[in-house]
Amino acid sequence: MSARRIFARPARFAAIAPYVWMVLFFLVPFGFVLKISLSQTVIAQPPYEPVFDLTAGWAAIQAAFAALSIDNFRLLASDDLYVLAYLRSLTVAATATALLLLIGYPIAYGMARLPKRWQAVAMVLVIVPFWTSFLIRIYAWINILQHDGVLNQILLRLHLVSQPVVWLSTDTAMYIGIVYSYLPFMILPLYATLAKMEPTLEEAASDLGAPPWQVFWLVTFPLSLPGVGAGVLLCFIPIVGEFVIPDLLAGSNALMIGQTLWLEFFTNKDWPVASAAAIVLLVVLLLPLLLYERLQRRQLEER
Amino acid sequence: MRKFSRLSRFNVASLALGLAFLYLPILILVIYSFNASRLVTVWGGWSLRWYHEFFADRAMIEASWMSLRVAVSSATLATVLGTLAAVALSRAERFRGRTLFSGMLYAPLVMPEVITGLSLLLLFVALNAERGFWTVTIAHTTLTMCFVAVVVQSRLGSLDRSLEEAAMDLGCAPVRAFVLVTLPLIAPAIVAGWMLAFTLSLDDLVIASFTTGPGSATLPIRIYSEVRLGVKPEINAICTLVIALIAVVIVIASLASKLSSSQGESAAPL
Repeated sequence: MSARRIFARPARFAAIAPYVWMVLFFLVPFGFVLKISLSQTVIAQPPYEPVFDLTAGWAAIQAAFAALSIDNFRLLASDDLYVLAYLRSLTVAATATALLLLIGYPIAYGMARLPKRWQAVAMVLVIVPFWTSFLIRIYAWINILQHDGVLNQILLRLHLVSQPVVWLSTDTAMYIGIVYSYLPFMILPLYATLAKMEPTLEEAASDLGAPPWQVFWLVTFPLSLPGVGAGVLLCFIPIVGEFVIPDLLAGSNALMIGQTLWLEFFTNKDWPVASAAAIVLLVVLLLPLLLYERLQRRQLEER
Repeated sequence: MRKFSRLSRFNVASLALGLAFLYLPILILVIYSFNASRLVTVWGGWSLRWYHEFFADRAMIEASWMSLRVAVSSATLATVLGTLAAVALSRAERFRGRTLFSGMLYAPLVMPEVITGLSLLLLFVALNAERGFWTVTIAHTTLTMCFVAVVVQSRLGSLDRSLEEAAMDLGCAPVRAFVLVTLPLIAPAIVAGWMLAFTLSLDDLVIASFTTGPGSATLPIRIYSEVRLGVKPEINAICTLVIALIAVVIVIASLASKLSSSQGESAAPL
């Protein structure tokens, strides 16, 4: 026990460098986002004002503070474009997460029931695509879904359709892309809880006369809820802010908030509005983020 | 008796379908990268034509070089910082600002990339930093060190602490005990963390787009701008090369984790 306490002191010093780094490059930047979200757009470099100049003297800084306003947030709340984008992001994320749970659960369940040796292999097989580039995986689907792509060729050859179906630039394509990209994030936490579960519990329920669906619904599923929670949060949060997948696979008639933010920033060069959009997105995600952080910490520290 | 450890037909089917879903698209991409024909509908026989075209494409080569440099530097930095963070979190039960610290380390794991990218860019603009190699490297380090911290921390958590305690009871100073006992034990997790950081950096489009400057595009930025214009067979070739590179990295990482699992419970690769 005493050795443990001795170890704690140098371990505390180990925190200094990463702590300073994260404050500098994670926390402080949010201060800038907040500040610029309260500024106005101008055609200049940098494209916003007021610009705080600490050398300009106290009066100038006061004037700069006075020039801050919440106009950008008013714009976000009043313009349908943004409100709809937020709503669309949330619905897309909710739908995709539900699909992921429906598809991921049977796979994780199958993995957990494999013999021990094969479980490790299956886990590697699920993780490997996660290591492969995100962009490449989306591009692979463009290859398949495009007008004369593999999918349409197969459908035509099987005479399931008489002419090529439009897959690209539809919500279907976007959901396929999201499910494909996030599937490992859903499977792994589910598998982790399912693999730890005592098989005797299911056996007991079955021996006492419960049909398989009841065993699953009354025993297996409730016991796997921590994994379900982790998987859902791990998918839902990043999908809300997703940019690449909707940009490449979905149509351009309805945008998600990640896309509007990108558009405001890169195309319209409206940094203040983009910053305000980022702040609102962060506020929307604050609750799930806090839930996720608590879950992570409990999982790692109460081992 | 072992009724429930046996696989049902449903289990096998869902596993097979799931794995096919995960791998078929990548397989198709790799096969078509060797297609001699420009059209996807026509199979023109095997050819290395698109690979030649890639190696003749100066802009693509430059972008690849930039990406590799960023990935190696940021992964190395992230491994040092992430390992330090993991040690602090798993070995120091209490210190000032611990909650904030762990919060800052877990949040970037799920934070939408557009937010991370935008906020870092605004910082760099405010600091008047010239955007290019270093800004992207710093941005990637910030993101990937959190992944390294999680991987190393899970390994540290499953470690038998009596080993380092024994070393200290035998008169070893804490830092020495850490270097001589703990570090060799968590080395495989550190290697795996480096690999993860490397591939994440190689892969990132959004954060790099925000934090890079004109004239220093990374490979994903180049690929993205090409893909927006439509499917080009050359992209298939580049993607296949990237997949091959990552496959090599995975093999090394799995060898490292095999080493780790022979020394006890295996570290989760995620």
